[in-house]
Amino acid sequence: MTETLQDVPLWAECVTAVLVFAGATLTLLGNIGLVKLRNFYERVHAPTLGATLGVGFILIAAIIHFWAATGKPALLPVLIAAFMTITTPVTLIMLVRAAVYRDRTEGNPEAPKEI
Amino acid sequence: MILQIAIDITLLLGQIMLGVAMLLAAWRILAGPRAQDRILGLDTLYANGLLSIVVFCIRENSMLYMEGALIIGLLGFTATVALSRFLMRGEVIE
Repeated sequence: MTETLQDVPLWAECVTAVLVFAGATLTLLGNIGLVKLRNFYERVHAPTLGATLGVGFILIAAIIHFWAATGKPALLPVLIAAFMTITTPVTLIMLVRAAVYRDRTEGNPEAPKEI
Repeated sequence: MILQIAIDITLLLGQIMLGVAMLLAAWRILAGPRAQDRILGLDTLYANGLLSIVVFCIRENSMLYMEGALIIGLLGFTATVALSRFLMRGEVIE
């Protein structure tokens, strides 16, 4: 990046810090769920907390911070946020379909019932 | 001055929490028990690495590494889709 970065005003740093802390806490909670929950179909819910709210909070913090630092809205954090919001459901639907297919062909009782 | 120190400590705490979250995701990759759990752990690890790079950018007040975060997001999406297709069909490109 070629534009010059100035010092960020204190209110912007406060807002940034609070948003980063909230996002990191939510991500950590999602990952604790990923470790603690018992079977795959419960575990697949937990990390989406970090992939939606965690990404949202931290990238809003980045947008505010770099807007205050450069004086104009930053494009890259918006791109990252939009991309993560679009792709996370797609990947998880594909992964769960593959898991259901595997469990049903093996006759595993954990697999969800046919509708 | 005190507020500045509090802001620094808060950002550092955020980075530490993201690091612990990455360790937990890595534990899920190692522990399994099945292939889909490992893929889920890898996807989570990618997302946490992206967030950790963004927080690093905020602390350093530099946009240099933000493109790396974007590339990690793209590669994570591709990797998870390819691995899910492999689980479903047994091959990635038919």
